Amino acid sequence: MRLSSTARAVLATVTTLVLAVIYLPLGVVLVNSFSTSTTLTWPPPGFTLEWWGRAFRNVGALEAIGTSVQIALGATAISLVLGTLVAIALQRYRFFGRDVVSLLVILPIALPGIVTGIALNNFFRTIIDVRLGIFTIIVAHATFCIVTVFNNVIARLRRTGTSLEEASADLGAGIWTTFRLVTFPQLRSALLAGGLLAFALSFDEIIVTTFTAGSGVTTLPIWIFENLFRPNQAPIVSVIAVMLVAVSVVPIWLAQRLAGADQAQH
Amino acid sequence: MTPARRISVFLSRFSWARLILLLTAPLFWLGAVYIVALAALLVTALWTVDSFTGEVRIEWTFDNIVDVVTGALYQTVTLRTIGVALLVTVVDILIALPIAFFMAKVAGPRLQRILVVAVLMPLWASYLVKAYAWRSVLSEGGVWASVVEPFGGQTPGYGLPAVVLTLAYLWLPYVILPIYAGLERVPNSLLEASGDLGAKTWRTIVSVVLPMLKPAIIAASIFSFSLSLGDYITVNIVGGASQMLGNLVYTNVGAANNLPLAAAIALIPISIMIVYLAAARRSGALENL
Repeated sequence: MRLSSTARAVLATVTTLVLAVIYLPLGVVLVNSFSTSTTLTWPPPGFTLEWWGRAFRNVGALEAIGTSVQIALGATAISLVLGTLVAIALQRYRFFGRDVVSLLVILPIALPGIVTGIALNNFFRTIIDVRLGIFTIIVAHATFCIVTVFNNVIARLRRTGTSLEEASADLGAGIWTTFRLVTFPQLRSALLAGGLLAFALSFDEIIVTTFTAGSGVTTLPIWIFENLFRPNQAPIVSVIAVMLVAVSVVPIWLAQRLAGADQAQH
Repeated sequence: MTPARRISVFLSRFSWARLILLLTAPLFWLGAVYIVALAALLVTALWTVDSFTGEVRIEWTFDNIVDVVTGALYQTVTLRTIGVALLVTVVDILIALPIAFFMAKVAGPRLQRILVVAVLMPLWASYLVKAYAWRSVLSEGGVWASVVEPFGGQTPGYGLPAVVLTLAYLWLPYVILPIYAGLERVPNSLLEASGDLGAKTWRTIVSVVLPMLKPAIIAASIFSFSLSLGDYITVNIVGGASQMLGNLVYTNVGAANNLPLAAAIALIPISIMIVYLAAARRSGALENL
């Protein structure tokens, strides 16, 4: 198939247009973070740097970011371990119930968040009787983050095959050594990509979080939800959203570079 | 022989032992936590709430489920929710296909990387902030109105169209990425072969690209469909007075304090998703979610 130059131009135009629409609301948020209006009014009546200054001194927001980072790190760590284990099991072995296991991994992300949320809320409170808090949020988030790591790792395992591992075993390496020196290095960039997605998923999650957080814990999305409709806080929320997008460039770019370098090697 | 070495020898001899080592922790997590929690929720749907104390009472009854299946409100809201979720999914796939194709097959490696970053970045702006930004864009005198009013158009305002628009916007990156990954797996040589055999561009897309892409498209649709199916926050922000299934579940857990009824309502999205997943499984889509 050879694409005509018209087809290329049409595709390029569509892509540009859609990206413009994707960034339009973000642009509105950016403009609002400098607006003198305290609600999201358009067009902004005037411009100020006040909200940017206040955002950095806002203890509630900073603490919420800290809590969210802590939870996302915990959930990512757990899902990295569990996701890798399931992916290796499903890719390298044939066993009875394999389909059920793969369904089990997908289910937490395929069922609506509110179902997962009330199911886990009920489980924590009435079945095992633990207090809701950071711990219960991490457990809940890890449950639906496993699938992102699983997907990345299983795709990588499918591509790399088993020949290097067999060679390692033939040369006398035990299974620990083989995993450390052969399997793990092959998985590294897949783990980074999956982990990053898991982190992002957990960091922005609000529905499951609402039901597993209890009253004492405020994650960033919960803080935003509480402050979005308050006149003097809405612009600060805009500042934080802009900063998050800006900061996110670094890990995303890094993951892309690593994936690119990996592909060049193969 | 060190203990680690001895375990290693044992494990390399017996593949079932390796499998047990790999599966115990994940299965415990997903089975003993998630599946038990889900099962407990479903059982709750068969219980009742004491109308005086508001406590959940263990009294077996099918009342909640009968209410949900026969109630006119639940039927209307279910149909509305399925309609919104399907529409969001179709819109997202139609938008994602040309972009993903441009990213995977037209753009050079450098532009490709930039585009992936550009698609991923909005995921980090909070979901709530983006939904709220759409509320601002769609408001009277908002960005939308100021762009289309000179041409005689007007903003759709708050309601179901705004919900579809906002949800499609929110889930678009989740739909683009799997389709892009699927297209990356379609070898260029195949497209060239199709061209060499005389197929026009359109014919190649319909007969070669789309069939190979089907699992990726279905995998992508699982995201947008299920995320829309349970949403209640976007509906609150841009939906005006419209309700979706998520809202009904939410009010019954919170304000109405009726967990059994909420659990019975939750059975609707659960059964829809199970049917959807079963259909997806037959197409092989779950292999590359």
